[in-house]
Amino acid sequence: MAFSDEQLERYSRHIILKEIGPRGQRKLMDGKVLIIGAGGLGSPAAMYLAAAGVGEIGLADADTVDLSNLQRQIIHTTADLGKPKVESARETMLEINPEVRVDVHQTLVTADNIMDLVEKYDFILDGTDNFPAKFLINDACVLARKPLSHAGIIRFQGQLTTYAPGRGPCYRCIFVEPPPPEAVPTCRQAGVVGAMAGVIGCLQALEAVKYLAGTGALLTGWLLTYDAMTMDFRKIKIPSRKNCAVCGENPTILKPFDYQAAVCDL
Amino acid sequence: MIVTIAGEKKEIEQGTTVSRLLVLEKVQTPEYVTVAVNEQFVDSPLKSERVLKEGDQIEFMYFMGGGR
Repeated sequence: MAFSDEQLERYSRHIILKEIGPRGQRKLMDGKVLIIGAGGLGSPAAMYLAAAGVGEIGLADADTVDLSNLQRQIIHTTADLGKPKVESARETMLEINPEVRVDVHQTLVTADNIMDLVEKYDFILDGTDNFPAKFLINDACVLARKPLSHAGIIRFQGQLTTYAPGRGPCYRCIFVEPPPPEAVPTCRQAGVVGAMAGVIGCLQALEAVKYLAGTGALLTGWLLTYDAMTMDFRKIKIPSRKNCAVCGENPTILKPFDYQAAVCDL
Repeated sequence: MIVTIAGEKKEIEQGTTVSRLLVLEKVQTPEYVTVAVNEQFVDSPLKSERVLKEGDQIEFMYFMGGGR
């Protein structure tokens, strides 16, 4: 299918890139990305993926917009206070680019619904804020053989990695099990600089764009860490864990399950 | 002896274990920090046994639970 004149202009800066070009842009437009968590990480990721013309973008989040979100969740505005985050995010995305389709899932993602949710998408982006959710998303993506951009942020630090089906390593290879509730501080307790969500969420969007367009090297096998206090980016090689409970040689996790979430995280 | 910790060369004493290094480096909640030495995980039960050697490359990976 050819591009319309408007599409040629809208996506001209992608089309002119030899690494993306018309073929890559077409792949983006045929691509389907699910963003779980329409918050700090999900905001910039959703906005850039909508701007990039990613054909179908799913948003899953059960929450409504709260005043304390606006310091970093830039897809929402003061006028959106009290609105479901998925609705508020959808409006912003369609204002940026009415060509994309935004599917909203105003629901808490759990072991009961995650497999159905991830199934129709090509790439999953974890923008959640608690360990039980991050492990659940990881396990579901491994089991459903879906590529996943995992990320986490706190204070002035952030990190991300990309799981590629069949190639690993996965988030569980690194961390094995969630820490006990309250053992490791959350952003609510420890704080996070707003722009950190922007930096790391944009890096997640870049991984999705590269994956869909089929260009460049993904962060598969690497944990990219960023420290805003020293401005150091580092790529840490993730060792392989043959006995990983979900992606290892003899997996014991054969279907997704929920860990008990710390109440303060929800 | 010299080892590399998170990409930086550092002098540490002979016989330093991974557990001791976590204390020396003032790592918070060390029991929940993933450690890799020379691109191999050193899981928690082994942190107190694993003695570091000259030239070892040590990485710490921290839980970061935020995102929303």
